[in-house]
Amino acid sequence: MNTDELISLLSNQVTQVDRRAIARRFVQALLIGAAGSLVLMSIVFGVRHDLGSVAGTGIFWAKLAFPLAVAIGALLVIARIGRPGARAGYAWALVALPFAAVWIAGWMIVDNAGPNARAALVLGQTWRTCPFNILLLSMPTFPAAMWAMRSLAPTRLRLAGAVVGLLASSTATIVYCLHCPEMSPAFWGVWYAIGMLLPALIGAWTGPRFLRW
Amino acid sequence: MSHDAESRLKALFISGLAGDQNAYHSFLQALTRHLRGYLRKRIPHRLDDVEDLVQEILLAVHNARHTYRSDEPLTAWLHAIARYKLMDFFRSHARRESLNVPLDDHEELLAAADDEPAQARHDIGKLLEHLPDKQRLPIVHMKLEGLSVTETARLTGLSESAVKVGVHRGLKALAAKIRGLR
Repeated sequence: MNTDELISLLSNQVTQVDRRAIARRFVQALLIGAAGSLVLMSIVFGVRHDLGSVAGTGIFWAKLAFPLAVAIGALLVIARIGRPGARAGYAWALVALPFAAVWIAGWMIVDNAGPNARAALVLGQTWRTCPFNILLLSMPTFPAAMWAMRSLAPTRLRLAGAVVGLLASSTATIVYCLHCPEMSPAFWGVWYAIGMLLPALIGAWTGPRFLRW
Repeated sequence: MSHDAESRLKALFISGLAGDQNAYHSFLQALTRHLRGYLRKRIPHRLDDVEDLVQEILLAVHNARHTYRSDEPLTAWLHAIARYKLMDFFRSHARRESLNVPLDDHEELLAAADDEPAQARHDIGKLLEHLPDKQRLPIVHMKLEGLSVTETARLTGLSESAVKVGVHRGLKALAAKIRGLR
């Protein structure tokens, strides 16, 4: 088949492009992924017993807002770097902002605390397992987010893979908040951040393989 | 001149996205001329590969056409795809020449046009035969013979949505097969 025939093949019966297909794919992927994480979380870790009472506190929602903001930032970056020739630009700031906010809050809390209380604020009860729990809960969201990213056309595959990993892990972290008993921003700023970055690294590593087109 | 080319190509492409087959056909023809000129300058020592790459980029542009946003310059979008495929080509050939080829700004894509087709080394028609029936048949009936979705569905016994999905997946699988040949 020569190039003229290929052109005819591509243009015959070309139909109107469905511009909402991408958004639909991402909504599907995130819903399926989050549902998977939710099931995994309730089987492996269990919902925290005091969720009813803690849900009335501002700090619980602040904790939830952290990964939620990261996920929204990651989605905005994906919407740009998934399209050839577009730069993420200001969207990166939206990814960085929640991290900066949590670090500032954590630093202030540790700074105000007495010397004996500081370690507990940063290490909490669960610092040894927290990042790996988030990694585990990312297992359903990671392939789902990769699948959604494949509907776009990223040209920098490592970067795209990393942001996909971050989207997957931040979604998983939202779910993890329903279990995790830690209520100190200093804790989130270290261990949640590490937990969210691990899948991002895996995404950067596997991106060239999964996202090539 | 390349500014003219941008607005002319963009008008054709936008009409193509809305389903205008003639405009889309003209767009692909014009793009092909630009791609040949662009690639012949980039890989002058591998002219044999130019037509293969042209076809691969056309297929990539077609498969990614839903990612274009009309508020962005079309040239930048096209250039990013051409550059991505060219880099992929260099990587799979793992040659030192990738370091020497200037990959300059996107204005260059529309700077030179070349009308002369060369022979492609891979045969897309043959590759098509390796696709599973539910992808191959919709492509053959709809895209080669120009039948409608409804006619293709009746002929193949597939549902209309299966026909659309078959074409979509088939063209993606075709692009993957070309990639695998390198």
